[in-house]
Amino acid sequence: MALRIDQDHSRFKQIVRGKIKQNLKKYVQQGEMLGKKGKDFISIPVPFIDVPHFKHGSRQGGVGQGDGEPGDAIGQGQPQPGDGSGKAGEGEGQHVLEVDVSLEELAQILAEELQLPNIEHKGTEKIVTTRIKYTGINTVGPQALRHFKRTYREALKRSIAMGTYNPDFPVIVPIREDVRYRTYKLENLPETNAVIIYMMDVSGSMGDEQKEIVRIESFWLDTWLRHQYKGLETRYVIHDAVAREVDRETFFHTRESGGTMISSAYKLCRDIIKADYPSSSWNIYPFHFSDGDNWSADDTRQCIEILKSDMLPAVNQFAYGQVESPYGSGQFIKDLREQLGDSEKVALSEIADKDGIYGSIKDFLGKGR
Amino acid sequence: MPKSLTPRLQDLKKEIEGYARAFGLDFFETVFEVLSTDELNMVAAYGGFPTRYPHWRWGMEFEQLSKSSEYGLSKIYELVINNDPCFAYLLEANAEVDQKLVMAHVYGHNDFFKNNFAFKYTNRKMVDEMANHATRIRRWIDKIGVEKVEDYVDTCLSLENLIDQHAPHIKRNPDPRVEKEQVNVAPTGIKVDKEYMRPYMNPAEFLEKQKRQVEDEKKASKKFPERPQRDVLAFLLEHAPLEDWEHEILSIVREEAYYFAPQGQTKIMNEGWASYWHSTIMTTRALKDHEIVDYADHHSGTMATQQGKLNPYKLGIELFRDVEERWNKGRFGKEWDECDDLRARRAWDKNLGGGREKIFEVRKHYNDITFIDAFLTPEFALEQKLFTFNFNDKKNTWEIATREFKKVKAKLLQQLTNFGQPVIDVVDANWENKGELILSHRHDGMDLDPGYAKETLRNLQQLWRRPVGIVTRVEGKSLLMRHDGTTFSEKKVEL
Repeated sequence: MALRIDQDHSRFKQIVRGKIKQNLKKYVQQGEMLGKKGKDFISIPVPFIDVPHFKHGSRQGGVGQGDGEPGDAIGQGQPQPGDGSGKAGEGEGQHVLEVDVSLEELAQILAEELQLPNIEHKGTEKIVTTRIKYTGINTVGPQALRHFKRTYREALKRSIAMGTYNPDFPVIVPIREDVRYRTYKLENLPETNAVIIYMMDVSGSMGDEQKEIVRIESFWLDTWLRHQYKGLETRYVIHDAVAREVDRETFFHTRESGGTMISSAYKLCRDIIKADYPSSSWNIYPFHFSDGDNWSADDTRQCIEILKSDMLPAVNQFAYGQVESPYGSGQFIKDLREQLGDSEKVALSEIADKDGIYGSIKDFLGKGR
Repeated sequence: MPKSLTPRLQDLKKEIEGYARAFGLDFFETVFEVLSTDELNMVAAYGGFPTRYPHWRWGMEFEQLSKSSEYGLSKIYELVINNDPCFAYLLEANAEVDQKLVMAHVYGHNDFFKNNFAFKYTNRKMVDEMANHATRIRRWIDKIGVEKVEDYVDTCLSLENLIDQHAPHIKRNPDPRVEKEQVNVAPTGIKVDKEYMRPYMNPAEFLEKQKRQVEDEKKASKKFPERPQRDVLAFLLEHAPLEDWEHEILSIVREEAYYFAPQGQTKIMNEGWASYWHSTIMTTRALKDHEIVDYADHHSGTMATQQGKLNPYKLGIELFRDVEERWNKGRFGKEWDECDDLRARRAWDKNLGGGREKIFEVRKHYNDITFIDAFLTPEFALEQKLFTFNFNDKKNTWEIATREFKKVKAKLLQQLTNFGQPVIDVVDANWENKGELILSHRHDGMDLDPGYAKETLRNLQQLWRRPVGIVTRVEGKSLLMRHDGTTFSEKKVEL
């Protein structure tokens, strides 16, 4: 039933989505409510718009009620007195599932937000797989496609109609006219396979903060590309002076030390592409993140060589994100820009801090390749 | 669509109302309406008034309420409006025992609205008034467009808390006539009967001093406003260069803010009082045997406490019960205060039996601040396990700071003072003779949130048109934050 408030409600949603009243956009905050579903705690996102007031700075404390000694923690994210949004405290170790916003929706929001173009799939027409689809039943056909169940049913019908069916001795003998065969059609399916190959520098200079940035950024890249391609594959490569392929978990949590030879990762990436992803049927997206510190100018030359001769012809887009770190020299991106800046297939981005992720995603995905 | 009561519910209403009256509650005529969950969420989102002006923030409230009821996190049980007649809403899907509980609770609120001093000046025809407001704002929307009006309402809402919480009860500005007489006083010195005494009674320095004083006062009176004005919205209405529609909308926002203010000032008392009465009516009169378990379940759900959050229902009902017990047993007055013997105190019972009478008196003459100030005792704080908590920056967690009674009480009172909102006055509307509006934040140990202050100043500037500023203290230093419409600046000042 339509309620009078529907109008206000949809207006609120439009503001949150950024469709109208851009001036309020900056006050939109992502609150959450915690609920329990079975054993799991679920987090229900409730966006709210915080119209500014003169108010006291946060973390002023308050009065509570319950057990505990002075100095005992009372759980994180306690609501502030006078804080109208009423967020519930979240205990540690609770298993929280995000609900309500699907990844599909996220991708759409992301697209709206960054005004991302849809990706033009590579060779959509060319890359075709044929699939057999069973579409019906016929009275003629090859023995191999005999439909046993339908055949039996026909025979049963016939024998009952003829009056030869004996329930005490239910033997059915099919004759030629009873036999049914499956029919099929061949379908041409355009195939749009895509693979992301993440490469990350895990040398000593990449700290936790830098990795956090890579993690967040790759989540969004993943979300967007998954929205564009069904059946996205991801591969993970980490490198310091040598490169190796790892699983997702290791990718984000390893901390190695030692020198950096970026070429090692590019070589491995090239080999992976060669072995598993022929460029004629795959959309390939290598992403590389580092702090821009490479071992030697010589190694950098080698990297550019690999990119030019092997990688760029094969991939949709090669993306390099340089995360700012207190140790890195940040030279690598300059070298890439100098050598490959003109190439349409290269996206370069510098990410200063977490706020930079937003712009960087646009750098990477804004080309629509 | 709201439905009126079924015959069964009407019988229940009659029954509960009878109990309430027998207990001495004094209330407005009550109109119950039955709503579906969605409708109840909607009315609650509108702050209880189904006929409010269109604005996205009701939609925001609705989103929160409907999500939280959808996921079973919370459920609105009762909704009651301070109006004559008093409107209250029942949830269609509730079981009979819940409807009884809600009705009993509603009569508690209703009695509180009618009798508590803080509500004395609230508009009792607010349902009509709100509908009026909505009509007026809609008319402006039709005339000048929804975007413009809504943006302006947003701006007003940003300043909504700049009202004088106690304005209905106190006359702050002196009567203009009396003031004029005072200003015209000439410095004649003290009145003398015998002429020869004059030089002794009024020496030259003294006369000089008096003269200076009068001049100072005259000078001060040129200041505008003459004294700090707490009701910033009223000041803007009177002096800001607003267009008709702007003036009208701002005055609507202000009026609604004042209407809701007493409910904020008496949250603990109001909920405590209503809970006290639903508990009393249900457990001594209305409950049937088979309803007891459900009642107990729902009552305890309402009274549940979380560590980091005070539950006003719980604190209120316990404090009312404590007051009742103390006055029943005579645990007050000089003798009681001076008694140090713990055993004697525990066994203290003078059989006065004045408890019920006392709490009726309390519900009439107190608000949350005075209620806590007068009746929160160390024993009570201990029993209720009250503590203060602070944020530990090192560990990045909230933690219990102390259970010391004085500090708990002080913190609680501080939290309740001015609603927990910063105290802000208009001090100068012609700063440096340039027509700039200067507010002053009365710093009581807590800094303003600088980000919010900046955005709020921007909104204030839109109303005042000329640059605006606020004087406050940040990290112990006096600071003027100023916004001229395009840029924000800060500088150190002494004012």
